[in-house]
Amino acid sequence: MIEVGLSHYLTLGAIIFTIGIVGIFLNRKNIIVILMSIELILLAVNINFVSFSIFLNNINGQIFSLFILTVAAAEAAIGLAIIVVYYRNTGTINVEEIDNLKG
Amino acid sequence: MIAHSIFFYTFAIIAIASAIMVIASKNTVHSVFFLILDFISISCLFIMIGAEFLGMIMLIVYVGAVAVLFLFVVMMLNVAQQKNQWFISKLDNKHIPIGILISVIIFFEMIIVIGGWKYKQDLLSASSLELNNNITNTHAIGNILYTEYIHLFQLSGMILLVAMVGAIVLTYRKRSGIKRQSYISQISRERETSISLVDVKNNEGVKIDD
Repeated sequence: MIEVGLSHYLTLGAIIFTIGIVGIFLNRKNIIVILMSIELILLAVNINFVSFSIFLNNINGQIFSLFILTVAAAEAAIGLAIIVVYYRNTGTINVEEIDNLKG
Repeated sequence: MIAHSIFFYTFAIIAIASAIMVIASKNTVHSVFFLILDFISISCLFIMIGAEFLGMIMLIVYVGAVAVLFLFVVMMLNVAQQKNQWFISKLDNKHIPIGILISVIIFFEMIIVIGGWKYKQDLLSASSLELNNNITNTHAIGNILYTEYIHLFQLSGMILLVAMVGAIVLTYRKRSGIKRQSYISQISRERETSISLVDVKNNEGVKIDD
């Protein structure tokens, strides 16, 4: 318990991942919060990569984490641009009212 | 080692609490602030564990760029006061128990995987020992990122470029009714089309618009 090892970091990553999943599942109001939940999930993945990289003495995990960071930044930029365009067109970004595709 | 444990639990508890507040707070601006706090505590963990370069890059990229982008969009769209009550929905609340159930199942699956990893100790020692303790973390990453992963590195640069172009194309709006400077029409003006010689008679004025 007092000795912090790999499993502690993995558990932290699992908890944050699950919080992100809950944020996506339960949110019915705000699509920006859903994007933030996706960021949380990517953060949890980063925690896993970095802790494995440190505890297994292998630097490749940190390289992968850098690439995840890149993709996360690009995804946030594109997602927010889509949200801005959608808000400009419809005047709302309420998740319940986004039903153009009638899914 | 005791200090490591204390710092780990401090940062981990801060990270988990702020992650919960990200999805639970009613104000979107508060959500973004808690997201920033989450990224900062996780990057503190990264620095503590020995991945300094990645921790600093996360501070720069997430706190400096992505969180500010979120704040910018939240404030520009004027949805800061939009209530984020996902407990009370207009349509139905049937998604909440199923969502929580699936989330709990996902969590316990990951915990089982972590436990299985913990009791298989020979995997930990069987890894390739690539970390050299004589060079810094940044040096080690640079050594491998610019040699083995150079193509992926350039490809990630292309991803960023495409994202930038895509964001600009998506949000660009050509507005009519505003005066702009047109270089091509300025440069291509000719003397014949822009200057007219007028013979002015004595003791009479000049009426231009006739």
